[in-house]
Amino acid sequence: MSDIVEKTLTALPGLFLPNPPGGGSAAAKASFSSRLGGLIRGITALTSKHEEEKLIQQELSSLKATVSAPATTLKMMKECMVRLIYCEMLGYDASFGYIHAIKLAQQGNLFEKRVGYLAVSLFLHENHELLLLLVNTVVKDLQSTNLVEVCMALTIVSQIFPREMIPAVLPLIEDKLQHSKEIIRRKAVLALYKFHLIAPNQVQHIHIKFRKALCDRDVGVMAASLHIYLRMIKENSSGYKDLTGSFVAILKQVVGGKLPIDFNYHSVPAPWLQIQLLRILRLLGKDDQRTSELMYDVLDESLRRAELNHNVTYAILFECVHTVYSIYPKLELLEKAAKCIGKFVLSPKINLKYLGLKALTYVIQQDPSLALQHQMTIIECLDHPDPIVKRETLELLYRITNAQNITVIVHKMLEYLHQSKEEYIIINLVGKIAELAEKYAPDNAWFIQTMNAVFSVGGDVIHPDIPNNFLRLLAEGFDDEIEDQQLRLYAVQSYLTLLDVENVFYPQKFIQVMSWVLGEYSCLLDKEMPEEVITKLYKLLMNNSISSETKAWLISAVTKLIPQAHSSNMVEKLIQEFTVSLDTCMRQHAFELKHLQENMELMKSLLPVDKSCEDMVIDSSLSFLDGFVAEGLSQGAAPYKPHHQRQEEKFSQDKVLNFEPYGLSFSSSGFTGRQSPAGISLGSDISGNSAETGLKETNSLKLEGIKKLWGKEGYLPKKENKLGDEIEAQAIPQENVIMENVDQTITKKDKSQSLTQSKEEKEKQLLASSLFVGLGSESTISLLGKADNISQFRKKSKVKEIKSGEASAHSMTGSSFSSLSNESYEDYYLDTLQDRGDKELIKKISFNSELLDSQSLTELPVVEKLSSCSLSAPSLFADSNMEIFQPSQSTAASVASEISLVSSLSEDPTEHLRSDLKEVCNNETISVSFYKIWKDDCLLMVSSVCNKSSSELKSINLEIVSAENFKITEQLGSCLPVMEAESTKSFQHSVQMEKPCTEGILSGFVKYQIVDNHSFQLEFSVTLSLLDFIRPLKISTEDFGKLWLSFANDVKQNIKVSDSRAALPSALKTLQQNLRLHVVDIIGNEGLLACQLLPSIPCLLHFRVHADVLALWFRSSCSALPDYLLYQCQKVIEGS
Amino acid sequence: MIQAVLVFNNHGKPRLVRFYQRFPEEIQQQIVRETFHLVLKRDDNICNFLEGGSLIGGSDYKLIYRHYATLYFVFCVDSSESELGILDLIQVFVETLDKCFENVCELDLIFHMDKGGLSAAPARAVSAVKNINLPEIPRNINIGDLNIKVPNLSQFV
Repeated sequence: MSDIVEKTLTALPGLFLPNPPGGGSAAAKASFSSRLGGLIRGITALTSKHEEEKLIQQELSSLKATVSAPATTLKMMKECMVRLIYCEMLGYDASFGYIHAIKLAQQGNLFEKRVGYLAVSLFLHENHELLLLLVNTVVKDLQSTNLVEVCMALTIVSQIFPREMIPAVLPLIEDKLQHSKEIIRRKAVLALYKFHLIAPNQVQHIHIKFRKALCDRDVGVMAASLHIYLRMIKENSSGYKDLTGSFVAILKQVVGGKLPIDFNYHSVPAPWLQIQLLRILRLLGKDDQRTSELMYDVLDESLRRAELNHNVTYAILFECVHTVYSIYPKLELLEKAAKCIGKFVLSPKINLKYLGLKALTYVIQQDPSLALQHQMTIIECLDHPDPIVKRETLELLYRITNAQNITVIVHKMLEYLHQSKEEYIIINLVGKIAELAEKYAPDNAWFIQTMNAVFSVGGDVIHPDIPNNFLRLLAEGFDDEIEDQQLRLYAVQSYLTLLDVENVFYPQKFIQVMSWVLGEYSCLLDKEMPEEVITKLYKLLMNNSISSETKAWLISAVTKLIPQAHSSNMVEKLIQEFTVSLDTCMRQHAFELKHLQENMELMKSLLPVDKSCEDMVIDSSLSFLDGFVAEGLSQGAAPYKPHHQRQEEKFSQDKVLNFEPYGLSFSSSGFTGRQSPAGISLGSDISGNSAETGLKETNSLKLEGIKKLWGKEGYLPKKENKLGDEIEAQAIPQENVIMENVDQTITKKDKSQSLTQSKEEKEKQLLASSLFVGLGSESTISLLGKADNISQFRKKSKVKEIKSGEASAHSMTGSSFSSLSNESYEDYYLDTLQDRGDKELIKKISFNSELLDSQSLTELPVVEKLSSCSLSAPSLFADSNMEIFQPSQSTAASVASEISLVSSLSEDPTEHLRSDLKEVCNNETISVSFYKIWKDDCLLMVSSVCNKSSSELKSINLEIVSAENFKITEQLGSCLPVMEAESTKSFQHSVQMEKPCTEGILSGFVKYQIVDNHSFQLEFSVTLSLLDFIRPLKISTEDFGKLWLSFANDVKQNIKVSDSRAALPSALKTLQQNLRLHVVDIIGNEGLLACQLLPSIPCLLHFRVHADVLALWFRSSCSALPDYLLYQCQKVIEGS
Repeated sequence: MIQAVLVFNNHGKPRLVRFYQRFPEEIQQQIVRETFHLVLKRDDNICNFLEGGSLIGGSDYKLIYRHYATLYFVFCVDSSESELGILDLIQVFVETLDKCFENVCELDLIFHMDKGGLSAAPARAVSAVKNINLPEIPRNINIGDLNIKVPNLSQFV
């Protein structure tokens, strides 16, 4: 095959060169090349860019004329294309030629086609619309009998091909996998690899064929298939464990030199192939002892065979070492690998040294003593002239940082940071320093100074988490209150000194941090008066270089300080200054300040000293405005309409004149008339909504500073993690002991060594001992190895931890919920809802819902979930509103499943609605059929297995696999020991939909044994639709209204109907029949329907007929459900 | 996976630019420019790897380069490639180009005759590279007995 490529190589330049080796006898060729040559020569002769432009424009216009002239032959076209490519390459627009390139690829002979394809691949990109025109050509060429044409088509497919047209060529390319020529097979595999990259779903079904390619007798084809495997295994390593043997066998052959000599590179057999295989093995063997055991031998062999005579063997060695350390460890191999790392680290070649450091960073987590072995090299690398090596060293140090060496390491990092100018490096390193400082800071002063350095060097490019975490740490503090105060005090003092320095510009983020700290904690100062702080802040405020966002931070700091200040001259000046500011945000602040200042008492209560972490009770629904709203409504004010509703009405108004009163349409006709107490709560809820949207809008303004000050954290209960701290506290002393020991041994060693060494050496030794302190002893391994897992020294967990007592209380509430029956708890939460004043209860429920929600998940997500809710206060409130109804989900699921378990045991399945029997799979012995029973609380799938044979079957086992969106909640009689001849047995599975989706496929299999112990397996799949899980939700109109308001997710759609008067009743009827929806009420031209997705996700529907438009409006607690239901409704209504 | 192949001379003039991922023209030029500045700063005796940073695709990407006479060959690859492997791939690539152009010895002539000839190199090289599925070349070409040493490349200029 290599000769084919060689031929290609030699032929290609011939296409473009002025005088091909043959002598250039062909006249056309000569003219073509001279034209291109002439063009190039012409361009190089020019002196200015302007002249070049002129020449190219000339050239382009003549080309344009030529390509569009009908008399142009394909040969000329080919020549034109080459010149066009050249012009395009120089950066001029040659788009008029694109279509001709496609034409040339379509029509030309081999040479012309090739140029056409080349031009297409250079001109167009993957999403270019003209590419669609190429598909037909590709299909034609794929079917060609000429090998070269097939090759070209496959090549272009693997370069650019429109994703949506893959199905058109896929079968053809699949055929090519069986082609007799290996180059075709190889190119087909590569084309499929491309498809896998851009549309993995499309090639899923050919995985079997990839396996065949892997076993291809040609090495090239096999090597090509490795690309696909590497990728697929990266995505899902567990699915390909069975191939480990094959990969090992291949690697063994490669290493053993069984490949054709063609594949040798500097007498190393197929190095790139080896690298690829080692990477695949690494992925497969990770955390898997059994798989790893398979590869120990071959890895050993690889390590042995890699004689270090060439660069590329080092590449293999590096991969090998990496693999050895990634898979399940084997001591013998680890030792050998460690030796290899030594070769890298100690190599005089800088590339190898770099890789050695890199390898060390990989392995340091498993074997910190290795770092000790190479400590001197690492120290040398720290002062290496190459910044890349230096950075890699710092990365390594970052991994081995502990409480003892933190100061030295951070010092080194900061040193590097001061020299570096690249933004990417700064962001990266600053993040690391901040993380380390939070974890291991030895004392307050050091911590604050380090963070100051981080903020001032990092500037405004640092990750926003860093200042946030820092402030959180300051505010929340840790256990020791005195210590906390000292830390804060130190911070305040250091900032004040920093601000005293004249003519220094600090980054915006740093000023923001300073202003927050000063605003919160200036009160800790004894001597400094708040006035002085205000003066300093004022000076900053007047500075032009400060952004308006930072100014917002500053002014809110000033606001916080005012209640403590005695005189207010400065403040008045400030208010005067900013009430006329052009910046609306600043003006708003100034006015707020002005009004607050008039009422000192209010201000003091509003801005308590040092209470940033205290809990604040927030009435998210703004119920205190109820009276105001009710008054407004009674005076004829229009009720509030959310934005989307207004827009929709505007939209419908545009079409037809609307003579009806507007409003929350059913509320005007349905509820306000009844004067229920819900009327007010309805109003309040509406205003609550408006407040939320308002909040969101202000968020989009640059008000981040303010939002923060008013207590992102402030809204949340204080986060304490006493338990964790205790553990930390215990852990630290132990560490200390160990580390001291190591420290001593190291220093002893150092002493003995240092006798003979120069002073410089001594310095290095000293540095080494300070850097590597705490390494190398077994017990610290875990500490160092899993730096991320260890409890952090200072940093409080950002998570809102629930105290265990509280948690159990909640779970008790949860269980009491679950003990209530389906309907009664529905009532229960409606009651609680009605009592809107009782915020706490609602909060509790919503919190509870979080808890219940997360119970099924693992612990980590719980923590994340909670933290996510504690992090963003506004979203918390938005959430709590909609999640109030969620306790039902998980509890109801358990209740429902329990009930159904009992019921399905006892009751006859025939009394419910059921579908027809459908056969899903069969063979000569058995057949499996299914029918669905739509029970009230679940979907029951009854499968009947029929033994058609005349013999007895044994150990029949029917299993349905839980799929992505479905869950099998129970199985009844999934296993039968014996089944008589020609009998039928049935199995039952009850299925729940876990996540709404329109349709899903459940697959399963039935296993059985025939008398002579041959076991068979038959697979089948059943399609379930959303409708199988939809049940009517029987609620009253009033409940509907309340539920309606509580749901946050809504979807709207207008459908045209022919007859408006009859439309509503008929539509409702069809929906009731086809979708099993419950018609709650029909009021005038509005209809209310309700349904639930099992187990209990409610969804409410509101229909309104208006002229010839049927407006559908869905609301649910689940975000995805309305969309899917809408789709079903549309289908039903439009179908009827 | 290889994301881009850049060849430029000591003055940063691009000689061959091939992106395997689509970027708008300006971004491409910016990438070439920045890469050039990154590479230019580095001595010949320090390592051949660079972390791409914000350049092409974030921290996952690295630049691996070699400097031959007046030309820089820079490969931008993601983490699924071996550094040393790519370094040798560059070597192979250069050897291949060399072989390619030497078989047609007129090429050297053009390159020597007028400097402008070099500006045509990308078109040729791109076509050469494109038609043999770059990552696959070295694996299938026997270059064991090739004795062309890289310094020959100085003829290019």
